Amino acid sequence: MSSRILGSTIRRILGQLRHDRRTIALLLVVPPLLLTLLSFMFEDTPRTFQGIALTMLGIFPFVIMFLITSIAMLRERTTGTLERLLTTPMGKLDLLFGYGIAFGVAAAVQAGIASGVAYLFLDLQTQGNAGLVIAIAAANAVLGVALGLFCSAFARTEFQAVQFMPVVVIPQLLLCGLFVDRENMAGWLQAISNVLPMTYSVEALGEVGRHADPTSTLWTDLGIVVGCVVVALTLAAATLRRRTP
Amino acid sequence: MTAAIEVRDLVIKRGKREVLHGLSCTVPQGSVTGLLGPSGSGKTTLMRAIVGVQKVTSGTVTVLGRPAGSAVLRGQVGYQTQAPSIYADLTVRENAHYFASLYKGLSKKDADAVVEAVGLGDHAGQLVADLSGGQKARASLACALIGRPRVLILDEPTVGQDPVLRDELWGRFRAAAADGTTVVVSSHVMDEAGRCDRLLLIRDGRLVADDTPAAIRAATGTNDLESAFLHLIRTGETGLAASARESA
Repeated sequence: MSSRILGSTIRRILGQLRHDRRTIALLLVVPPLLLTLLSFMFEDTPRTFQGIALTMLGIFPFVIMFLITSIAMLRERTTGTLERLLTTPMGKLDLLFGYGIAFGVAAAVQAGIASGVAYLFLDLQTQGNAGLVIAIAAANAVLGVALGLFCSAFARTEFQAVQFMPVVVIPQLLLCGLFVDRENMAGWLQAISNVLPMTYSVEALGEVGRHADPTSTLWTDLGIVVGCVVVALTLAAATLRRRTP
Repeated sequence: MTAAIEVRDLVIKRGKREVLHGLSCTVPQGSVTGLLGPSGSGKTTLMRAIVGVQKVTSGTVTVLGRPAGSAVLRGQVGYQTQAPSIYADLTVRENAHYFASLYKGLSKKDADAVVEAVGLGDHAGQLVADLSGGQKARASLACALIGRPRVLILDEPTVGQDPVLRDELWGRFRAAAADGTTVVVSSHVMDEAGRCDRLLLIRDGRLVADDTPAAIRAATGTNDLESAFLHLIRTGETGLAASARESA
């Protein structure tokens, strides 16, 4: 890895994003709008809104960054830029960390705006610090990026790439405790839920909601999410082959 | 002249199809070598093997004395793919600056100079997506030239360029070769063959000729390279390829 190449790769990816005004607008505007929609839906049950809104702040960045990254990486593969990059002194990790950091930054901005709107205008209240919410959201985004980098290897077209979203995202969404409390799930569902990373980020967000100070559960959860990022990046690195058939 | 690229008994299978069937050739250092052949003959596969991104079934490819694709070669081999492999959502300048940043000791000014040299100075601030096909190809070429490679592998770099620019591009390839760079240019049009120091003609994954343009003209008794190649192909590939090699 080289800090020069990593730095310029991050700048390049953010530069591509900067030229795409519509994507930036969608990234920044859609989560607050959906949160606003939620607040209207649960106008009469504000407690329910609190729980869902907090969970959503973690889910948005994961889903969106997963999608964006799988398409971006697929483009690198199909336009030949990946092949060209691999003939230059660039290391695989420069590229993978470049995506992780660049989209992580974008996701942090997104989470900052969404959280800002939720706290200021939608009456979201947490016992813990809003900064922690943003940090967990950013970690979730990086997890989305890492899984997107990995999954893009198994798609040949954009059509296929977007189909991985339901495969990767929806089971995690269903089993993370948002729809049914994990305690009330059948044992085997709980067991599946235990191995899905989003379970832990949702639990971590719940901890911020209930406790003024960061709890040990929160740190463990965050550690697990970061661990999953490392595993996903390692798997992604294994899919980046310099030599292809 | 020492060999910059040495290919020995190269067999490459892509899927179930064998694309190259035991191909051997050498490319001398500081020359412009034309890799010619019809579409689908294995030109791109051979080039990919030389830059080290192609899985090789058997045989060896040595570039500057090292196995193709070695880590040290990555700073010394420039590769332009057939389709423009640059970022469409960045400007020409941003692309050039990015590719320059991948090599040690290159400044943004160096990158700008290369953009100027491929005739895109006036379009440097334009998004690649908004360029014409020929301009995109030149932007892609600029990014291959940027690292000041010692070996330059260009896959059909002059397709779709207007004659004046094509002439200028060939001037650049010649100048690079004069500086000691080994340039391999693929093409499926024969009118460019005469500009090369050496020609490799491949057809159906086999080498049909490996010689200087003059020697090929002489061996086939024609002045026109297109008819020379037709002659080579029609009169039995193996026999004449062998005799062309002997005369080399």
